[in-house]
Amino acid sequence: MASSFSIRHQSGFTAIAATCFVVLYLPIVVLVVYAFNAATSTSEWGGFSLKWFQSAWQNTQVIDATLRSFQIGATAAILATVFATMAALATTRTPPYPGLTFKYAAINQPLMVPEIVTGVALLIFFSRIKIFTGYSGLGYLIAAHTAFCIPFAYLPIRARLENMDLMLERAAADLYATPWQTFRRITLPLLWPGILAGLMLAFVISLDDVVITEFVKSGGQDTLPTYMLGQIRRGITPEINAISTVFLLLSVAIVTLFFFISRKRD
Amino acid sequence: MASAEEVAKAAERRDIRDRWLLSAPALLIIFLAATGPLLIVLVYSFLTPGPYGDVKWQFSPEAWISVFMERDIFDDTLSLAAAHVTIFWRSIKLAIVTTLATLVLGFPTAYFMATRSEKTRDLWLFLITIPFWTNLLIRTFAVLQIIRNEGLINTVLLKIGITPIQILFTDTAILIGMAYVYLPLMVLPIYASMEKLDFRLVEAGYDLYATRFQVLRRIIFPLVKPGVVAGSILVFIPALGAYVTPSLLGGGKNMMLSNLIELQFGQGRNWPLGSALSIAVMVIVMVALLAYVRNAGQSEMRHG
Repeated sequence: MASSFSIRHQSGFTAIAATCFVVLYLPIVVLVVYAFNAATSTSEWGGFSLKWFQSAWQNTQVIDATLRSFQIGATAAILATVFATMAALATTRTPPYPGLTFKYAAINQPLMVPEIVTGVALLIFFSRIKIFTGYSGLGYLIAAHTAFCIPFAYLPIRARLENMDLMLERAAADLYATPWQTFRRITLPLLWPGILAGLMLAFVISLDDVVITEFVKSGGQDTLPTYMLGQIRRGITPEINAISTVFLLLSVAIVTLFFFISRKRD
Repeated sequence: MASAEEVAKAAERRDIRDRWLLSAPALLIIFLAATGPLLIVLVYSFLTPGPYGDVKWQFSPEAWISVFMERDIFDDTLSLAAAHVTIFWRSIKLAIVTTLATLVLGFPTAYFMATRSEKTRDLWLFLITIPFWTNLLIRTFAVLQIIRNEGLINTVLLKIGITPIQILFTDTAILIGMAYVYLPLMVLPIYASMEKLDFRLVEAGYDLYATRFQVLRRIIFPLVKPGVVAGSILVFIPALGAYVTPSLLGGGKNMMLSNLIELQFGQGRNWPLGSALSIAVMVIVMVALLAYVRNAGQSEMRHG
């Protein structure tokens, strides 16, 4: 028989996979290349230039929206991670107790509803509260982002906790550590990679959100994605390519970091 | 004096109480800024639209009737609302076709990744994870630049002497865009089950003179089915409620449900109808999730 009968071979699968990877990356590469285009049109190549990066950098709307995105993302990610860590501690390493299943369902609920529905629901609810309290600041966006970031932050933290046994914590308690000391000196350091992964996921998820932000934001509260959505609808300039390229770099950096942190723990 | 049993009971009760306190902030914020407002949507769907948006607090089934029906402005007779039916049908159809397209492309991709050597597997996984975590708007925009009339596809077609084709602002454009952005959501769960696949079973199949296709259909596919089902759900749900992709690639005419909903809260000024449509989307999603849960439960019983 021929020497190479591989049991792993399925005809055409490698070709399809190769096509998929090329197709996944090709549009992104084209987008990045055209960010460096000197021409105003996004279809003609007019030579290499950094002018669109410059013009984005000098666009106060872009800078404003970016800062707002970071402000919302950082606040929501930190809140979501703290709450998710507490919730994960409360729902792991325990025999089943009444309400445990309810907690799982409640924490994962934001994942199961299409974003458009959550967006509409928050539009209705928050518009009432805005009239009632007169407050129309970033608090609504932060609350909404915190809520949908919690399930993402919860995932890696819970996974990490489930792989930790209670032995070290019991030993600490035997040595007269208070519960707080045990948490601070034993649980928290062991849990840290999970918390960090959760924090990064939450931050990326918040930074990427378009739909819920679009419905919740008040006037002048554009985040970078909602600003870009508006610009793309109005017509394309390479400036959007430049902004996208920077945004992409940031996402890739965070994902790479996340990837290495989550690989390390195995 | 309290017996040891009572002391243990009290400790357990205290533990459960502490666990509720610990999870309270997460549950509270999710209730306030995600779950709770859904109940308000349900209430709003039974109210009367206000003149400038919002609602009048007056019960009316009108919104639910107009989800699928149209009232004639002259003689008040009801007829099927063709526009709404078209949009429902388009959304469900596009979500299903997107799911199938990502499955056909994603299954071989996941298989390819899972059959690499241990070391390179991580690299492939990383390559599929990057688009997964990249902003959906940016990826849609990237597709837009490829398929629009002056985009890469048509430029190439023009160069080789073929007439350019109009892709943008068609259902095909939405389909391409959604398949593109949701492909990683299909690959990742299939890969997760494929990675655990025991290739000794595949070998056994070949030893018993199975063809490659038989091995694929009778051994590999049934074993990774939980991943396939999970991937299909992960693609179907966001595809059904997709907002960014159809609004950028579909244009104004080729609306999907989310665009129709948005319209009711914007120019349409019919918040009750928007609410009723939102609940309708939720119902479709719930049905899909229930089917998934039943399927997952069954395969768990069979395999383990």
